[in-house]
Amino acid sequence: MATIKALVITGYGTNCEMEMAYACNRAGTKADIAHISEVLGGRYSINDYHFLNLPGGFLDGDDLGSAQVESVRLKHARVKISGKTLFEEIESFIGRGMLILGVCNGFQALVKSGILPGSPLGKRRVSLTFNDSAKFEDRWVNLKVNPLSPCVFTKGIDNFMVPVRHGEGKFVCDGNETLEEITQSNLIAVQYADDAFSPTMEYPCNPNGSVSAIAGICDRTGRIFGLMPHPEAYTHATNHPCWTRLTNLTDKGEGMAIFDNAVNFLRGIL
Amino acid sequence: MGLRVEVGLKPHLFDARGARVKRQILHAFPRLTSLGQISCFDIYHLDADGLKKEWIEEAFCDQVIQDIAIDKILRNEKGWYIEVGFKPGVTDNVGHSAKYALELISGRTIEVYSSRGYLLQGGLDRGTAQAIADECLANSLIHTIRVLPYPDCGTITPSIPRVSSLHDPVVEELSLDLEDDELLKLSQERTLALNLDEMKAIISYLKNPETLKIRSDLGLSEKISDVELECLAQTWSEHCKHKIFNADITYEENGRIEKITSLFSTFIKGATSKLRKAAGAKDICVSVFSDNAGVIKFNDTHNLVFKVETHNSPSALDPYGGALTGIVGVNRDPFGTGMGAKLIFNTDVFCFASPFHTDKLPPKILNPLRVFEGVREGVEHGGNKSGIPTVNGCLVFDERYLGKPLVYCGTAGIMPAVINGKPSHIKKIIPGDLIVMSGGRIGKDGIHGATFSSEELHESSPTSAVQIGDPITQKKLTDFLLVARDKGLYHAITDDGAGGLSSSVGEMATFCGGCRIDLEKPPLKYHGLSPWEILLSEAQERMTLAVPPENIQPFLDLSREMEVESTVIGTFNDSGFFHCTYNDRTVAYLSLDFLHNGLPTLKLHASWISPEPDDAPTPEPSDHAAALKDMLGRLNICSKEYIVRQYDHEVQGGSVIKPLVGVCYDGPSDAGVIQPLLDSHEGVVVSNGIVPRYSDLDTYHMAACALDEALRNYICVGGNPDHWAFLDNFCWCDPVQSPRNRDGAYKLAQLVRANKALYDYALSYSCPMISGKDSMKNDYIGGNVKISIPPTILISVIGKIPDIRKAVTMDIKREGSLIYILGATKNELGGSEYLASFERKGAHVPEVDAKKALKRYRSLHKAIAEGLILSAHDCSDGGIAVCLAEMAFSGGYGLSVDLGKIPSEKGMSDTEILYSESQSRIVIEVNPKNAKKIEHLFGKDASCIGQSTAGAILSIRSIAGATILQEEATTLKAAWKARLDF
Repeated sequence: MATIKALVITGYGTNCEMEMAYACNRAGTKADIAHISEVLGGRYSINDYHFLNLPGGFLDGDDLGSAQVESVRLKHARVKISGKTLFEEIESFIGRGMLILGVCNGFQALVKSGILPGSPLGKRRVSLTFNDSAKFEDRWVNLKVNPLSPCVFTKGIDNFMVPVRHGEGKFVCDGNETLEEITQSNLIAVQYADDAFSPTMEYPCNPNGSVSAIAGICDRTGRIFGLMPHPEAYTHATNHPCWTRLTNLTDKGEGMAIFDNAVNFLRGIL
Repeated sequence: MGLRVEVGLKPHLFDARGARVKRQILHAFPRLTSLGQISCFDIYHLDADGLKKEWIEEAFCDQVIQDIAIDKILRNEKGWYIEVGFKPGVTDNVGHSAKYALELISGRTIEVYSSRGYLLQGGLDRGTAQAIADECLANSLIHTIRVLPYPDCGTITPSIPRVSSLHDPVVEELSLDLEDDELLKLSQERTLALNLDEMKAIISYLKNPETLKIRSDLGLSEKISDVELECLAQTWSEHCKHKIFNADITYEENGRIEKITSLFSTFIKGATSKLRKAAGAKDICVSVFSDNAGVIKFNDTHNLVFKVETHNSPSALDPYGGALTGIVGVNRDPFGTGMGAKLIFNTDVFCFASPFHTDKLPPKILNPLRVFEGVREGVEHGGNKSGIPTVNGCLVFDERYLGKPLVYCGTAGIMPAVINGKPSHIKKIIPGDLIVMSGGRIGKDGIHGATFSSEELHESSPTSAVQIGDPITQKKLTDFLLVARDKGLYHAITDDGAGGLSSSVGEMATFCGGCRIDLEKPPLKYHGLSPWEILLSEAQERMTLAVPPENIQPFLDLSREMEVESTVIGTFNDSGFFHCTYNDRTVAYLSLDFLHNGLPTLKLHASWISPEPDDAPTPEPSDHAAALKDMLGRLNICSKEYIVRQYDHEVQGGSVIKPLVGVCYDGPSDAGVIQPLLDSHEGVVVSNGIVPRYSDLDTYHMAACALDEALRNYICVGGNPDHWAFLDNFCWCDPVQSPRNRDGAYKLAQLVRANKALYDYALSYSCPMISGKDSMKNDYIGGNVKISIPPTILISVIGKIPDIRKAVTMDIKREGSLIYILGATKNELGGSEYLASFERKGAHVPEVDAKKALKRYRSLHKAIAEGLILSAHDCSDGGIAVCLAEMAFSGGYGLSVDLGKIPSEKGMSDTEILYSESQSRIVIEVNPKNAKKIEHLFGKDASCIGQSTAGAILSIRSIAGATILQEEATTLKAAWKARLDF
């Protein structure tokens, strides 16, 4: 069996790299954690990998708006050896048919650099802004999966629970046309849902006021997926906020399904 | 000239930040009905010309959601525009990121400064707008404020807070050949906080013939340089040398006199060393009281590192910056312990005056809501942005914290027990190792922090003591240093906190016997700092390292690659001297022995008088349900969900017991549990105890109860009573008697008693103290008012749960369970929250019977390990009544309980049983099939008092058998949750 190589990028305020790498490895990859300076310095090359992970955190302190500086970095900072920008490296990575997962701050980076929704690649058409509460919130949410979505990460999942932990997670589009396009193409992969797992605009089930209750989207190939909630925060059953109430405790948390799907997909193509 | 850039949300989008600011303004100005919509703008001032418009747009504007205006104003709406910028030299994190982004796009060097803009619509007058700016939006210590009529103001000029017109660096020589009053005046004017004895000790050191000879050989005069004097003042500050804890004390109690040589050695270190000896091979302590944080074993391969600090004085002046610096500052303690630990959790405890305080405030005291919100936000940014989960904490309210808020911030880390073949907790410096400073640059920030915090807050407290932390710079620094650690590139590491380089290098120099710092070498934020300022600056995000010369190149290369600034600033040696030069001229040359051991011991008097008891009968409520709802809504009891949700409590992926638990994820958990190594089921447990109200009766029992509270919380979630340790953090009011402080001897007696209790109870619980801290001058003097905080101790317990899957939470799990109480209820309402609701103190403060309690805790741990406990919750503030209500509403079940079945002292009323705060009591929920096992395990110590019910109603019967309280759990929960939300 081919080794599935995952790269987890960290640095300048990213902080979920450990659990992201843990989730990848538990699903069966061999993951490396690379500081973004090590990628720019040429020590790690994105295109040596099959699965690119952009974890959560506060890149550059969210100082100009979440991942705003990161989108500038992706497009302007150049990798030492190749002389290419990181964005160009990611473009060829996408061209090779590999997988990208962006969680929270990683999702913000994907939309702000126009990698999601990705048509055309590089154009920012959607964004993530301040929660309606204007507060950072850590709370567990129900997610409803869109069964028609091409997203390879959510295949076979109906719904799941994971935490959100963000202050800027309200999904907005640059206009109705974009919203319609991502809706029609089933790029909306996961939505915030109520206890009956119906998508909802009600706070706190929809924790930030996202349009159409959007929690995560994918590109048209389904191979690039970004979401605000944290699947890597639910790798163990004991991560759930009321696991002590559950009678038959499993070992795995529901968030692992996202990583298992990624690995299964890559096994199929490698 | 420069450019000014205004960025705002597109008008069709909801301005969430604006709406939140409006809520906060209306809290401070409740009658301001005319206030309309508020729009928030991000403002950038660019100190450059000839920049392309598209560069600026790409850097600063998210075109999906924002509009941008360059050198013009953005909107046409009428209103008052308030712009809040930074004063020169104040840390501007947004400005730094803006500079980075714009430089990356343009390839040019550009200075960028940020401000926040607020457009307030509605018919306000200028005075009101100014008052809103002053009271809600800005802090004049660090901010500049502009209030302009919008849009009539037209184009607004950029405001560039460049640091300018600083003096040239100078070294002053000071003669100490002065009269006593002049010496004291010098101490006060320079914020040295040195007393007369200390000044005289310095004089006699200078006059010593040996010193004179050494100095003259170096071409130094008999005068002292400002670098030397400031270094001595910093090293000898209360903050750094804990003079009161090390004083010789005469303690007087009922005519009996006791001599105590150092509270710290006698009671704190004394207890731990006894316990370590007794534990022998089972000793879990690895490094105690000798490093920046305490170190205990976690398992055979890893150690835990834990420290709690306070940052009270800076938080009083600038709550946001003070608290932010507090949390990122304490992060550096475990990070700077041994060879450096990876940080795994934060814990925060704040003590405030009521945020609903409405009386007029004394000069320089900020509105308590502002303190609350500023501290909350500072710790939010410091913790969340550093990627460290905040797993535990609490809030304590008392009007006396108006004088100084207490901001306790704690951080734990984990490190491999052995790194590169060497024990990780040991630092070793070899003469010849280079002194390296890594991280941020030095500015005037935080100069005199160590000495300023060793004084009470007064109207002319220095504003330079305020600093603002930068969690992202620190994250870069810690990312880099963990890599350097694992590569074995350095010999020792410590943090630059209070006292800056003077303290960090001064302490490290004792490891090898000397040092030389070249004070022109550390990189500065701006020109114009004198050598003493460079030495003492408390500019944040810096660590000092000892790097062997052969590793310096790889160390500096790695540092550059990871975008961290590192600079060689000197050399460690074995000269026996703390030596500073500036451009090759010696500016300080002090014997290390004198610097660290030359401080004269304080001699203090303590006198204990028991306070008059308040023996009046306990007030009876007319309606028990209403009384319980009132209790649940009290600030010290109510839900803290408002704060907890704003702190990331599960980053790093190892969350096991969160601060909020139960069927709706909103019940108050007793303690935090995390899994620090994701592939192991071993867990870390952290809990806290803090009961300052009991200090009004007797600080001995206050300290005992604080420890017991922390331990029983720890036990409730499943922590192992044979693998625990604790930190003591004292926050006291000035305990040194003087004409200005007439009850100093009593306050010192309170301190002595608290220490005696920690000694007694640490021993009887077999729980060692591993580190701690004290903050001694938590008083406010101004406008003829003196406010002293109640003597406060925070106990922070850390330990282990062998298997996280056995952990227990406090929410009732099912119907038909049996409810037991462990321990007896005594008539101990002294200092209780119930009596406090009648503004009374009572007489009988709770006393801890540690022998019985420890047996109980061991039994409960066994029961939890065997899976016999469905839920467990401790009785603390608000007694059994509050405990039962919390268990019921967190689980969504009812409880039916008979007060007559609760073992209680003879003659206690129903109300007294409900609200007594007797210690060491725990309520547990047990499946009836396990009742026999429980009764066998606990014997008479467990009493079955009722059962859980499907109908979610709390039902309580009196001793006489009448139903005296019957209330829906949802109603109780609503009362508990309604209080705090801003």
